[in-house]
Amino acid sequence: MDVGKIFAVGSRERMFQLKARRDAGLDSPRWQPPHYFTCKKCERRATRQTWAGTLYVCPNCGHHQPIGGYYRLSMVLDHGSFKELDADVQGENVLDFPGYDEKLDAQRAKTGLSDAVVTATGKVGGVPVVAAVLDSRFFMGSMGTAVGEKITRAVEFAAKKELPLIIFSASGGARMQEGIFSLMQMAKTSAAIQRFQAKGGLYISYLTHPTTGGVTASFASLGDITLAEPDALIGFAGPRVIEQTIGQKLPKGFQHAEYLLDHGFVDQVVPRGEMKATLTRILKLHTQGRKHGA
Amino acid sequence: MIKDILKEVEELDAAITAARDAALAADPADELMGNEHTAPDLEAMEARRDQLLNSCTELTAADRVFLARHQGRPRIDEYIDVLFTDFFEQRGDRQCREDPSILGGIARYKGLPVTVIGHRKGSNTEENLRYNFGMPGPEGYRKALRLMKQAEKFGRPIITFIDTPGAYPGKEAEERGQGEAIARNLAEMSGLTVPVISIVTGEGSSGGALGLGVANRILMLENAVYSVLSPEGFASILWKDSSRSGEACDIMKLTAHDLQQDGIVEEVIPEPLGGAQRDHKALFTALDAALERHLTQLCKLGGKALAEQRYKKYRQIGL
Ligand SMILES: [Zn+2]
Repeated sequence: MDVGKIFAVGSRERMFQLKARRDAGLDSPRWQPPHYFTCKKCERRATRQTWAGTLYVCPNCGHHQPIGGYYRLSMVLDHGSFKELDADVQGENVLDFPGYDEKLDAQRAKTGLSDAVVTATGKVGGVPVVAAVLDSRFFMGSMGTAVGEKITRAVEFAAKKELPLIIFSASGGARMQEGIFSLMQMAKTSAAIQRFQAKGGLYISYLTHPTTGGVTASFASLGDITLAEPDALIGFAGPRVIEQTIGQKLPKGFQHAEYLLDHGFVDQVVPRGEMKATLTRILKLHTQGRKHGA
Repeated sequence: MIKDILKEVEELDAAITAARDAALAADPADELMGNEHTAPDLEAMEARRDQLLNSCTELTAADRVFLARHQGRPRIDEYIDVLFTDFFEQRGDRQCREDPSILGGIARYKGLPVTVIGHRKGSNTEENLRYNFGMPGPEGYRKALRLMKQAEKFGRPIITFIDTPGAYPGKEAEERGQGEAIARNLAEMSGLTVPVISIVTGEGSSGGALGLGVANRILMLENAVYSVLSPEGFASILWKDSSRSGEACDIMKLTAHDLQQDGIVEEVIPEPLGGAQRDHKALFTALDAALERHLTQLCKLGGKALAEQRYKKYRQIGL
């Protein structure tokens, strides 16, 4: 075996683990012990280490906290298999929207991401896949030209290499600051998914909190298999807009994962702790007897 | 502001018509006398009106938003009436219900059977309410998809008309999968093996517009607008202040000329001075010519080439 290649994989994995630890709040540059994190639902406070131990699922109320892209991938991909795709693709200020450049820079500095999605190849339970994770910390995971392009490239790569595709969605919808170009990314990504699926590709759509607007009305709703994290808000219009429109309060749990399950839009609600095992099972159900490219 | 100009123009229109009627009704014996009094008035009024209309060549984006929403603009039923023959309406999504905010069916375009689908807003308050202001639920999008897949089966070109403030943000719409319905349309439309032409005739707002709009060619009326969200919604999300919608209009690049420059729209259809509501016939003539030209070109392509061309059109938007 090529020694140089082993070293390359090793340093890539180290960088990846570093980013995942940073996402998990275990390695933040401003880290000062003890670093606490508070549950967004029940306000239970615990150290970051405790949270990492439960995959950021609240030990008190079971609430699944939103998590960063690299951290999510580190939970799903087999050790040493992560290889990032198109890391250099980033959004531009296509409308010359005042202040957008500065905001993009600030988001990049805050999250260490180039835009709101990380795409990668890797293995899940030994099965090679293409995976994409939207990161809600970056402009609420909204889809602008960079997200649209990276998702499309990932789908096209999966089609070319005949690999299964997993997309973890978490998004406020279309990126307003990129206007009509954001809207058109819905058509672009959906078209890519359509081609991929027509060729026999398996697409698992994993909906996490929150998945709304233009992402719900495009690739997130097109999975062959659709999974959702418990209690995740999933919908097209936001609850506040709906309440304003119809002039009444929405029932409890409306647009939450379990609600979608009841209404026939989700195959299963899968807790984070069972995420990898569930994905592995589904992937193996599709790969038996079929050849996959590396 | 176009609103004020149009108000004055409409007042002049009414006054001119009244003056003409009065002149016609006048006793022929008094004609010479009458001419002396009314003719100068009439000419002055017409001159003032034309001067006002000519000032409409330089419209702001906000002006165009106003015109795009004008209640007097032609609606889907009129487009079908004038541009097509033998329209056969098809209703229902075959799953749940009929959504009247989308109108669709089979018709002939210059003899050729085509499938026509479009948002239906209605032309008065009563119709607006009946058609939910052109805001479809998932059933509307699923009906549209049913009609499009059928068009593909029978080799009919598809022509869609876009004019909506957006998909309806209601409780039932969410329960029945508004997002899924739009997503499915985007995916399926992208792969259709028949020509698809979309015409943005009024306001094309958000995913609710796009859900009928994945096309080989997009034509857009000069004063129509197409955007990720309404300017009011845009201002309210980004600045927490919907009253700054005028500012939003200027930034959003939502006019037909903006979109043509950005390579999203293939052709801008000129409207009569002051907007399409002033002269439907002139608009139809211009639109008919463009539609025929684009359809003829697309009909020369095979099914695979059509799907490929459409894929590439959207693939290159953005980065
Ligand atoms: Zn909790």
